[in-house]
Amino acid sequence: MTDHLILLPVLLHLFFAIVLIFLWKEPLWKRIVSIVANVVIFAVCIHLFIKTWQEGILTTQAGSWPAPFGITFVSDVFSSVMLLLTSAAGLAVSVFSSVGVSEARIKYGYYPILHFLLMGLSGAFLTGDIFNLYVWFEIIIISSFVLLTLGGRQKQIGGGIKYVALNLLASVIFLTAIAILYGLTGSLNLAHLSLKVAEVQNRGLLNVAAILFFIGFGIKSAVFPLYFWLPSSYHTPPSAIAAVFGGLLTKVGVYALLRVFTLIFVPDAFLLNTFAIVAIATLLTGAFGALIMRDIRRMFSYLIVCHIGYLISGLALFTEVALTGMLFYLIHDIMVKTNLFLATGVIYKIKGTIKFFESGGLYADYPRISLLIAIVLFSLVGIPPLSGFWPKIYLIQESLSQQSFVLLAAILVASFFTLYVVAKMWAVVFWRDQPAAYNFENTFNDLSRLKKSMLVGPVIFLAIITLYVGFGAENIFKVSRHIAGELLNTAPYVKAVLGPDFPTP
Amino acid sequence: MELILAFITAILYAAGLYLMLRRSMVKLLIGLTLLSNGANLLIFLLGRLTRGKPPVIGDDEKYLSGLYADPIPQALILTAIVISFGLTAFAIILLKRVYIVTNTDDLDNLNTTDDI
Repeated sequence: MTDHLILLPVLLHLFFAIVLIFLWKEPLWKRIVSIVANVVIFAVCIHLFIKTWQEGILTTQAGSWPAPFGITFVSDVFSSVMLLLTSAAGLAVSVFSSVGVSEARIKYGYYPILHFLLMGLSGAFLTGDIFNLYVWFEIIIISSFVLLTLGGRQKQIGGGIKYVALNLLASVIFLTAIAILYGLTGSLNLAHLSLKVAEVQNRGLLNVAAILFFIGFGIKSAVFPLYFWLPSSYHTPPSAIAAVFGGLLTKVGVYALLRVFTLIFVPDAFLLNTFAIVAIATLLTGAFGALIMRDIRRMFSYLIVCHIGYLISGLALFTEVALTGMLFYLIHDIMVKTNLFLATGVIYKIKGTIKFFESGGLYADYPRISLLIAIVLFSLVGIPPLSGFWPKIYLIQESLSQQSFVLLAAILVASFFTLYVVAKMWAVVFWRDQPAAYNFENTFNDLSRLKKSMLVGPVIFLAIITLYVGFGAENIFKVSRHIAGELLNTAPYVKAVLGPDFPTP
Repeated sequence: MELILAFITAILYAAGLYLMLRRSMVKLLIGLTLLSNGANLLIFLLGRLTRGKPPVIGDDEKYLSGLYADPIPQALILTAIVISFGLTAFAIILLKRVYIVTNTDDLDNLNTTDDI
């Protein structure tokens, strides 16, 4: 069904980013406009999700050029759920950064770039054209480069150079894959490609393109052995920026992987084995990395890598149950990871440090905030009935029934290590007495009541969503199963994009 | 012609990767530029080379007939060039900033963010 509404999240972000550029010298107005913009876009995304859920796949053709000639934008349930999560995370980060990001950064264009980044993410989730996806990825990475290095401290640009180099390499590999795919099929539209790829004679070159896509998106989603840029850069920017990165940037890579390996390529045994090996290695290296880190944010950076492994393991099993679990995990992961980095920002404001050996005594001074963060941490670990628990059941069950015992072991080991590092962090940062040798200034207490609630409010907002994902698991399960069905049976997607009259073989 | 382009593309990719693996930041940057140029040439090459047949519908025809040059790869390359121009500009400024702050061109001296 054609509906131009689906472009609204992209256009609104673009519009508000431009408005914010004109408000360059008004830091207060920038904050207000950005928060209002994110509230509006959150409402639009809720509407879009409900509409897509009720009416099925919505499409719009740019410039009314019929597919496969023009650029198509598609909103199926997968896209609209990702948009909804992006806008929720965007809202939380926008409110948090009105206090959590320094005045100087806001003065030099933090908010417009944040909106350009969110625009890129929305576009990437909506597009139905592989080259257009490349363009959105470039918008995402250039905005993230600026956000990562904004402020220009030595640590930031040191981390930035690895991030920039690896992401540029990923883009080139992605572009190479597109070139090969276009040379083989003569199409760029995802739905059209899914028909065309079946007709290609040169299967060898097609597999090369598939591997190149996997490497390109693999760098972006930080899988083993291509994740080293992530832990060395994500701990350098302010917490609000790290929250967007940790919650959304790696997940957009996973989203693209899912799209490409369901619509265009159907993974064969070789690819599934590759996914499984990569998933196992990612789970283990991420978990071991988190084990040796002595800084909250570095530990969380490694946990991002570790938990990308769960997502890839869903792709490796490639059954409906496994994909359901993976999508459930994706929904849970975006909310929790964004929230973790925001919570780290609150801890930093209170303690003045996020190093393990310098901090302690948080629970004694701030019991309510500690309990709030505890909810997030429990969700991350997956204590039943909180949100991290349900998807793991699916993944474990499916790896048992597929007899992928090594994968099963890796999932369990990674789960235990996550529990262990989080427990260690809790014991040190929250329960231990503050070490007398280190006493940093508490910048949280001096803030006004409004500013305090601007910092804690987003954490509460995301924690409520996480609690809903845990306690309303049957609804989330319904959505995930619907998406898994959409991904495995691509005929409705193809039909919605190309129209019912398009000749299919 | 295809053979020459194929060799040039291969050389660009190989040289780009080689330069990326060096320790100097400037070489890293040049390597990235060469790689993206290689990718652009690859799109051009894989869009089939057709000489002297522009995709223009003549006055006496209703639609394109026969063999004609595919215009899409050129549009893709144009987009990719503009994007890589922007990214390269940013990367140059970033590298200059890194050089000013750390006073080194050696990537091995920039591992401070990896300390535990």
